[in-house]
Amino acid sequence: MTTEMICAGFGGQGVLTIGKFIAQAAMQEGKNVSWLPSYGPEMRGGTANVSTVVSTEPIASPIVSFPDVLVALNQPSIDKFAHSIRPGGVLIYNTNMCPRGCQREDIIQIAVPMNEIASEIGSMIVLNMLATGIIIGKTNIIKYETLEGNLTSFLKEKNPDLLAKNLAAIQRGIEIGKQYA
Amino acid sequence: MSKILMKGNEAIAEAAIRSGCRLYFAYPITPQSELIEYMAKMMPKVNGTFIQAESEVAAINMVYGAAGSGKRVMTSSSSPGISLKMEGISYIAGAELPCVIVNVQRGGPGLGDIQPAQGDYFQATKGGGHGDYRLIVLAPSSVQEFADMASEAFDLADKYRNPVMILADGMLGQMMEPVEFKPAKTDAELQELANQHLSWCICPNADGDKKHHHEINSLELDPQVLEKHVLDLYKKYAEIEKNEARYETYNVSDDNEVLCVAWGTASRVVKSAINEVMKEGKSVGLIRPIRVWPYPYDAIKQAIGKNVKKVYVFELNSGQMVEDVKIAVEGKVPVDFWGKLGGVVFTPAEIKEKLETCF
Amino acid sequence: MEIIAKRPEALTKEPFHYCPGCMHGVAHRLIAEAIDENGLINEIAGVAPVGCGVFAYKYFNFDMAEAAHGRAPAVATGIKRARPDMHVFTYQGDGDLAAIGTAEIVHAANRGEKISVFFINNAIYGMTGGQMAPTTLPNMKTTTSPYGRNVEDIGYPIRVCELLSTLVAPYYIERVSLLTSADIIKAKKAVEKAIRYNKENRGFTFVEFISTCPTNWGYEPEKARQWAKENMLPFFKPGVFRDKGEGVE
Ligand SMILES: Cc1ncc(C[n+]2csc(CCOP(=O)(O)OP(=O)(O)O)c2C)c(N)n1
Ligand code: SF4
Ligand SMILES: [Mg+2]
Repeated sequence: MTTEMICAGFGGQGVLTIGKFIAQAAMQEGKNVSWLPSYGPEMRGGTANVSTVVSTEPIASPIVSFPDVLVALNQPSIDKFAHSIRPGGVLIYNTNMCPRGCQREDIIQIAVPMNEIASEIGSMIVLNMLATGIIIGKTNIIKYETLEGNLTSFLKEKNPDLLAKNLAAIQRGIEIGKQYA
Repeated sequence: MSKILMKGNEAIAEAAIRSGCRLYFAYPITPQSELIEYMAKMMPKVNGTFIQAESEVAAINMVYGAAGSGKRVMTSSSSPGISLKMEGISYIAGAELPCVIVNVQRGGPGLGDIQPAQGDYFQATKGGGHGDYRLIVLAPSSVQEFADMASEAFDLADKYRNPVMILADGMLGQMMEPVEFKPAKTDAELQELANQHLSWCICPNADGDKKHHHEINSLELDPQVLEKHVLDLYKKYAEIEKNEARYETYNVSDDNEVLCVAWGTASRVVKSAINEVMKEGKSVGLIRPIRVWPYPYDAIKQAIGKNVKKVYVFELNSGQMVEDVKIAVEGKVPVDFWGKLGGVVFTPAEIKEKLETCF
Repeated sequence: MEIIAKRPEALTKEPFHYCPGCMHGVAHRLIAEAIDENGLINEIAGVAPVGCGVFAYKYFNFDMAEAAHGRAPAVATGIKRARPDMHVFTYQGDGDLAAIGTAEIVHAANRGEKISVFFINNAIYGMTGGQMAPTTLPNMKTTTSPYGRNVEDIGYPIRVCELLSTLVAPYYIERVSLLTSADIIKAKKAVEKAIRYNKENRGFTFVEFISTCPTNWGYEPEKARQWAKENMLPFFKPGVFRDKGEGVE
């Protein structure tokens, strides 16, 4: 079983972190993983994307051409990657930043006003964790508990308030994702 | 030790420190800067030396000095910076000094770009610097292997008193994968490493010893003597060729109708494509040289079973290793090549398409 | 309506790629204006560095060469010697000029090459993501001096104007700041002088600009300017170090 995922958005929206947290947790759960970011000056203010592969088999190519899951935090990301989603795959996108959305009908679209929900929770910083939650709710790619453990050991001392907000965002995302599972 | 998710650039740095490297000299360049940055952070914690040199030329000559002092030393860069190091590498090879050089390749020639490429194969395996010399060249294809090659590279360098290059690329440098590190060398082991080269390196006279005179040098004006020196080097290289070729086989069997050869990052994409064409009942094998010098000519020769109609080489360059494959194949079957250039990485789908044309 | 900020003819229409608050764009504009004012556009050529200024070859609206990292003064030497009737300048950052290219700048200056060198000192390697530069200040943290620049281990920042002033040949050497609009007016005069001397083939001319790199310093542009005023200017004092045209030796 292999899940190939691309997360894309503006540099600074934390897309690389989405992939990293999922890869990290999946690794701890005994899966094979790879995380391959776009890099270079294009990331300065431009777009960033990361290919993440999670598999029960050894991973041959870490390059994802036809993702099972695309997370698009802005419209340019849909324009660039949505056509390559495998038929039957999943597109998770931020309606607040993707005015035109996506026309494909052979994929499952999860359209979520992520900016709104993030500011409801109390900070735009948690937008990427909201997206991570949606991925988990839809695909069960990792367990919530693994991610919670990692975030807790990372943030508990440093910033307990941000930890609480992040966990709230993930839980909220999972609820949303589950509606499509 | 449990697995850690890490970038290749950081994993190789950590592994080098664990292998006893306490001296590192380099100059920043994308896409290897995380390596120098990791060393900047970690070397002080192990009482090691980190210097950001004023240039790659200076860095490789700092390596020359430290290697001549018999210590485990490393430098790293990416393609344009490796070109600058080539003069120093030739001197290091000529003076028979052990050291490790990491090249996180990017697109060339010239300033090129900063995306993954394999265009430095010729430079690494066929020369690069001037004169008759050889570099041992290791070609990782995963973050784990990149890290494992640190201790392998230092051991080979020490064993043969020869520079060893780890030829990676921007993808391996920037990608994160799980790594498991070998335990760090103990103080006793570090001590042993420090003593292994005392018979020839720059070092103080030991108590009570006769005063020694060691020369770290590649100059020899007498042509007869220089010729003998180079012949001796080539005896050493012959030994390395006999003992040190390494390769991986993937799905190689008598049924293979096509045999692929690919190295490093390219080989991973080829593996994915092979997995796909196998589903269509086509038999394709892969030989992946794990070291590209010495080159596994025999392995390729032997892998051409009765059914192989074609050998297909895929590289992220305009066709460099393919020349070695042709030497190995000796004209017995056609050798085809396809590559991507300028830092563009081919996809499994593209390779699959190429493979399907063979049936 | 008066057009205040007309784009100089010496700049192409290509939009700058620099970060908000970066001073590379300001320096480009000053050079372009001085070229326009001296009517040199048909007989000038520039050499771009490797650094954030790497795309300078797209921005200047006349013949440009892109050099290998640090080698711009040697490339400029080649151009000037091949075409003595042309006027040539280089545009270089601190890593490019004062680390990897130290030999080239010292020897071009020492030969008194009749070229201009414009030197952007932002105390950091901008392009590669914030590593230590030869001009990084003592104790300043960068990605390769994570515990702060330790002068005992890696030395003090290099003052390039002072260093070059020990040579006999250079004709004009000045350090200016780009941190305030008053400073920029002064900087403009220095650039204009360098280009004018260049036009008259008087000798080697050199202008250093004290600048900021908000992105890699991790400050907002205004805070970066403030930081530079407080920390860079005391170490890198603006001033004329050499001006043979005005008897400053
Ligand atoms: C031979 C070589 N080594 C290293 C590099 C990587 N590199 C590109 S720009 C740069 C430093 C740029 O810093 P600076 O000159 O201060 O310019 P800035 O970006 O700060 O304007 C380096 C090290 C390269 N391109 N070529
Ligand atoms: S990184 Fe620094 S020097 Fe480069 S464009 Fe941005 S602000 Fe300017
Ligand atoms: Mg700089």
